[in-house]
Amino acid sequence: MLHNALQRLLQSILVLLGCALMIFIMLRIIPGNPIAVLMGEHADTAVIERMTAELGLDQPVLIQFFRYIGGALRGDFGTSYSLGKPVSALIASAFVNTLILALMAALFAWVLGVISGIIAAVKKNSILDHLFMGASLLGVSMPVFMTAMLLQYFLSFRLKWFPIAGTDSLAGFLLPAVALGWNSAGSVARLVRSTLLEILEEDYIDTARAKGRGQLGVLVLHALRNAMLPVITMMAIQLSGLLSGAVITETIFAINGIGRLAVQAISARDIPLLQGTVLFSAAIVIIGNFIADSLYNVLDPRIRRRG
Amino acid sequence: MSGKTLEIRHLNTSFFTQKGEVGAAKDICLEVRPGQIVGIVGESGCGKSVTARSVMGLVKYPGRVVSGEILLNGTRITGISKKEACSLRGSEVSMIFQEPMTSLNPVIKVGRQVEEVLLIHKKITKKEAKKEAAKILEAVGISDVASRMECYPHQLSGGLRQRVMIAMAMICSPSLLIADEPTTALDVTVEAQILRLMKKLCEAGTSILLISHNLGVIAQVCDYVYVMYAGRIVEQGETFTLFDHPAHPYTRGLLGAAKSLRSDAGLLKTIPGVVPNLLHLPAGCSFSPRCDSCMDLCRSEMPDMLPAGEKGHLTRCWRS
Repeated sequence: MLHNALQRLLQSILVLLGCALMIFIMLRIIPGNPIAVLMGEHADTAVIERMTAELGLDQPVLIQFFRYIGGALRGDFGTSYSLGKPVSALIASAFVNTLILALMAALFAWVLGVISGIIAAVKKNSILDHLFMGASLLGVSMPVFMTAMLLQYFLSFRLKWFPIAGTDSLAGFLLPAVALGWNSAGSVARLVRSTLLEILEEDYIDTARAKGRGQLGVLVLHALRNAMLPVITMMAIQLSGLLSGAVITETIFAINGIGRLAVQAISARDIPLLQGTVLFSAAIVIIGNFIADSLYNVLDPRIRRRG
Repeated sequence: MSGKTLEIRHLNTSFFTQKGEVGAAKDICLEVRPGQIVGIVGESGCGKSVTARSVMGLVKYPGRVVSGEILLNGTRITGISKKEACSLRGSEVSMIFQEPMTSLNPVIKVGRQVEEVLLIHKKITKKEAKKEAAKILEAVGISDVASRMECYPHQLSGGLRQRVMIAMAMICSPSLLIADEPTTALDVTVEAQILRLMKKLCEAGTSILLISHNLGVIAQVCDYVYVMYAGRIVEQGETFTLFDHPAHPYTRGLLGAAKSLRSDAGLLKTIPGVVPNLLHLPAGCSFSPRCDSCMDLCRSEMPDMLPAGEKGHLTRCWRS
């Protein structure tokens, strides 16, 4: 089992390196000279050249890449052109906001999703089932920007229940978390419902009933653990998606998170910053998948191999 | 005490489908006496499993017991509360299923699954439960119990898993064990071992209701046999009487087919026609369209269980 985990860890590191290389190359292929943008329209050619050399942008891409990786290993992701601060510091401060938003969205999504999924499965074809599945269908199919703006308009602007934007207080995170989490809640609820319905037909559920377990015992002790296997994978992937920055939600609610930082970097042609944010997001997704895989191994003895 | 472990009186269990009510078990009257192994035999869909599940209170949706009484050790168990039913299941009456491969929870260690039954029904510590579980697992013929208890179901063979199921069913020493095709998914060697084990259990005081479509299995272990066809019992009697002098044409057909398998008679003997759709049963006797000695009366009226020769031998046939 340990051997397996190590193997997956090694794979994850390779994938991350590959990601870094691709991000690096892509950002150098896109047209436009970042130095020209940085120095302004009327900058002297000599100045631009000197600047390019100073930033090491005159070197071959591969050399630049190895320098970048070398720096990254020491925690140095370069300095943002537009903000003049170390990229790592910028990402760290933005990540705090993204982390709060993601955790709140995940909490909202999972608690609601799992509970409504279970109720919908147990009370199949009841009014509650239809209600929950309708709500989750809305959540899954409505684009986040629409949900976000509707919530913002009605609950903040009209009813004044929540702050419109900004992160001065935790309350400011509530609406964006709901807007962001509804979609995840919908997918979780649907997956929980369908898996649970399948599991409840399994023979071992009959066995559990034949043992004398009541409805609740059968559900909690026998059905849920099996039903949660695919759900937990989904959750890990959702969490890594949420943590890697919600570009749209953060922009609409003016939250200074990873997503917004990336948008800023793009508009300013701030290559080190963009590189940093994209690589950071990629790392989060890879870590999320690694955790999902590992959890699956812990939860399902059939997947465990003797290592 | 009525002196009967299980008594079923005029049980009707139906499935309420979109196409209408399907009577899966009709007017079932059945008895299991203490220390007896009673068999129910019949082909797929004849209502054997539904009858067994009615006793356990585990009929699958959209089915339910419509009428009739089921008595366990003289006490009525139809119409009791869910909670009372739960306290009987696993302790007074337990069940083992056809598929040992899928009947154990894949993510729980087998030891824990056996202990669970004790923890549900008895006030007992986990440690004691573990000890008891080890004892019963050893009693059903599992070697190297300590390490097997730490295994997950997928690490055990089919035969071992069925033994675990039996251990689970027997751990609270129920008065009745219902075995729904317990050996169908196993190979013959293991089948023989499991049947021997069940006989031993019976000698130790548990009555068994054994459901099978395998006449050989029934003949080997049962004291008394019920034959079912299209939701009804069509013949019942002591095993030897019934096998030696089958009174219902359906039973004769079944035995004929089984015999022609063993001889070199060439072509396999079959019963002509197909099992009727339970939604559209023929008028009169359900077997009449396939019967080679069918009379006019058979097509208009369903016979009751009528005496056929020896005492206790009954058959649902006008010709008896």
